[in-house]
Amino acid sequence: MAVTGLNATDSPGPGVAVIRALRETADFDLRIIGLSYEALEPGIYLRELVDRTYQLPYPSAGTAALLERLRYVREQEDVAVLIPNFDAELHNFIKLEPQLRALGIRTFLPTLAQLEARDKLNLPAFGTAHGLPVPASRALHHAGELLAAAETLGWPLVLKGRYYDAAVVHTLAQAEQAFGRLSGQWGVPLIAQQWVGGQEINIAGLGDGHGRCLSAVPMRKLTITDKGKAWAGITLEDEALLTLARRFAEATQWRGGFELELMRAASGELFILEINPRFPAWIYLTAAAGQNQPAALLRLALGLPVMQQEGYAVGKMFVRYAWDLITDHTAFQQVAALGEL
Amino acid sequence: MKLKKNIATSEAGFIFNPATGDSFAANPLAADILARAKAGQDAAAIKADILERYDVAPGQLEKDWDDLLAQLREFNLLD
Amino acid sequence: MKLPYERPTLRKLTAGALNKFGPRAGVRPVTALDGVAVGELVARFGSPLFVLSERQLRRSYQAAVRAFGTRYPRVQLAWSYKTNYLNAVCRVFHQEGAWAEVVSGMELEKALLNGVPGPHILFNGPGKRRADLERACAVDAVVHLDNADELHLLLDVAAGRPRRPRVALRVNLNAGIVPQWDRFGFNLENGEAWQALSRLVASGQLELVGLHCHIGTYILQPAAYGAAATKLAALAQRCARELHTVVQYLDLGGGFPSTNTLKGAYLPATDTVPPLDDYAEAVAGALLGAGFKTDDLPLLVLEAGRALVDEAGSLIGTVLANKRLADGRRATILDFGVNLLFTSFWYDHHISPTREFSADTEPTVLYGPLCMNIDMLRESIALPLLAPGDTVVVHKVGAYNMSQWQQFINLRPYVVLIDQAGQPHVIRAAETLEYLQQLEQVPAHLLG
Repeated sequence: MAVTGLNATDSPGPGVAVIRALRETADFDLRIIGLSYEALEPGIYLRELVDRTYQLPYPSAGTAALLERLRYVREQEDVAVLIPNFDAELHNFIKLEPQLRALGIRTFLPTLAQLEARDKLNLPAFGTAHGLPVPASRALHHAGELLAAAETLGWPLVLKGRYYDAAVVHTLAQAEQAFGRLSGQWGVPLIAQQWVGGQEINIAGLGDGHGRCLSAVPMRKLTITDKGKAWAGITLEDEALLTLARRFAEATQWRGGFELELMRAASGELFILEINPRFPAWIYLTAAAGQNQPAALLRLALGLPVMQQEGYAVGKMFVRYAWDLITDHTAFQQVAALGEL
Repeated sequence: MKLKKNIATSEAGFIFNPATGDSFAANPLAADILARAKAGQDAAAIKADILERYDVAPGQLEKDWDDLLAQLREFNLLD
Repeated sequence: MKLPYERPTLRKLTAGALNKFGPRAGVRPVTALDGVAVGELVARFGSPLFVLSERQLRRSYQAAVRAFGTRYPRVQLAWSYKTNYLNAVCRVFHQEGAWAEVVSGMELEKALLNGVPGPHILFNGPGKRRADLERACAVDAVVHLDNADELHLLLDVAAGRPRRPRVALRVNLNAGIVPQWDRFGFNLENGEAWQALSRLVASGQLELVGLHCHIGTYILQPAAYGAAATKLAALAQRCARELHTVVQYLDLGGGFPSTNTLKGAYLPATDTVPPLDDYAEAVAGALLGAGFKTDDLPLLVLEAGRALVDEAGSLIGTVLANKRLADGRRATILDFGVNLLFTSFWYDHHISPTREFSADTEPTVLYGPLCMNIDMLRESIALPLLAPGDTVVVHKVGAYNMSQWQQFINLRPYVVLIDQAGQPHVIRAAETLEYLQQLEQVPAHLLG
């Protein structure tokens, strides 16, 4: 097993949670390899969860560099299944699917077309095509387009980075500043989205690639960080939410893990704000509530049968906490210089 | 070249500065030079040995030596 | 036998990522271009040196023809002169069957001198002068009309000519590309294009043969070409219906990307640039589905430039010096700068060493030799520990550099073409001081 996204920081990657869920499955006795991008991703040093970690080249280095590195990892480790957990890396992993298969590494990922279709940039067209409710949005290529976007979408405006990060801005000055920051980090275009008020709800789900939603667990955020990340949440029982998740999986024939970021307006109307093409960082809650989605995905990747999962513990909560794990400078040196620990 | 006394060097070419918490990786030649310097060899002896063993002109080595010193100074590793 | 030497260097360990080559793989060297050793090329022609591969020029051309030609029955490429108008390059493409797409009187003359028949020259560009139009009419080139003033100027030029000048209308339209290019041609959506078409047909003095649009440059969305083709096809059908004029060709312009990575792009272009087949599929699908009768299908013209030539060009250069900047960063000074590698303003070029190095790399700022602050080729690149005298190869530089280069501070170097048998030919000699000064004149009072 190899898992990326070990950056369990204040804006966490899902890797550590995925590993924790995998560790709980009774189906397999797993050796788990962490794949990290930076030397201080906390998951690297969680030695009881991660048996060994290898660093990967940044996604921006492209598929050739990634494949070369994974080939090396495969020479060291008997990796049967790889679960990528980081939006910006998915494009590369999906493209490499046949080459990875040739190395004996299986994945269970959406297709490139599915990945593109739910991209923030294409979300309005995606909503129209599948009859799914999404807020109005438009792509911005330069800061000069901000005013026009605000005129059509209204203030406040949600500005989203190409891959990550977002800001709610109330004035042109704020918008220009946010544009500079987000475009500097993630490139252009940015996405300007109509702001929708209400209650934030997320659904973690798993599609089998043939239109079936094998599992869906809705969660309401109870507290969020200043980056808008859930720091505590609770599972919900609401048939409308499950129906939406099933409609999504059916309409898109979604393959793999996904997260729907929703807003429930005061009227009760649901909007899909964003569709993440992977598990969320709170994915362990699905296992705790009785639907272990990472373990189910592992079975799918191996071609094993997976039953439609029904029922989960409602009112199950997660409360995230920070923990200072202790390591030594020699461990850091190993990772930073040699890319392995 | 006088390295700070408490600088730790490892066989693998790692350098740790306990005063700042910084770690460094040296390429093989830099690691070799630092190990010899730590063992008390003087600059002239180290350079003579490098010229003996490596395919490099004296002028180039002098220039690169100065650059290494600049890096060590920049990284706060020299006394 | 002495050990190979690489300068001693330290790297501060940070929480950041590995360099792109991974911890154990070095940067792969490129020791030869089309089978000719880089060292041999430099020994014969000096450094810097532009090298073009005839094999790759032809391969790229044939691939483009194949991509479109297998999907649509009538396809014609017109080589975009401005991309690289060295005569040898143009002639390779003309040998392969390309027409010429020119954007100035000078380029028009070059195409004629390269043996292109006038009717196979498409004259684009927003800045045609009266003399240019007269010349185009005289050789029966097709004038691609850009604006109403030009239309009226051409009507004026056409008056009294025995033969009606052949024209195409340049149209700009919304193909879903942001920002929309609206500076070339007549706008479709606001009715300007139709007005111009009606006007030029009604004049009776011009022969409308084509419709043209150029939706932008380095376009990564094949669907946009499909949208443009659909709109142009509808416009052509309206011409037939309402103006009783059969449009012979639809010219979808250029703008196809090469696999150079744009600055600011997150993923390398080799992973994100769609194959030309996707563009061909979109265009052919749109035209075949537009409702033309099979016998009435218009000729599809494409003005490919970058996609045909970029990959065939390489630039060899030499490290002049290494230095350390005030903030500790490494800087390397090369013998070519932005004067020769104009595209370094918008691409992060792939740069290779030309001999084996260890896996140690150092983040380096790359500067050119110009005494000019803007002469920076790359803000940061992980390169092996290059020493003065080492050569490097910059890949995919065939487009625009050999036409936008500047004779500034330094003279321009040799350009060689390696033929399909692996023989290098000089196709442009290195400039000399005499060449530089031959047009200068010094007034008598400044002499002596």
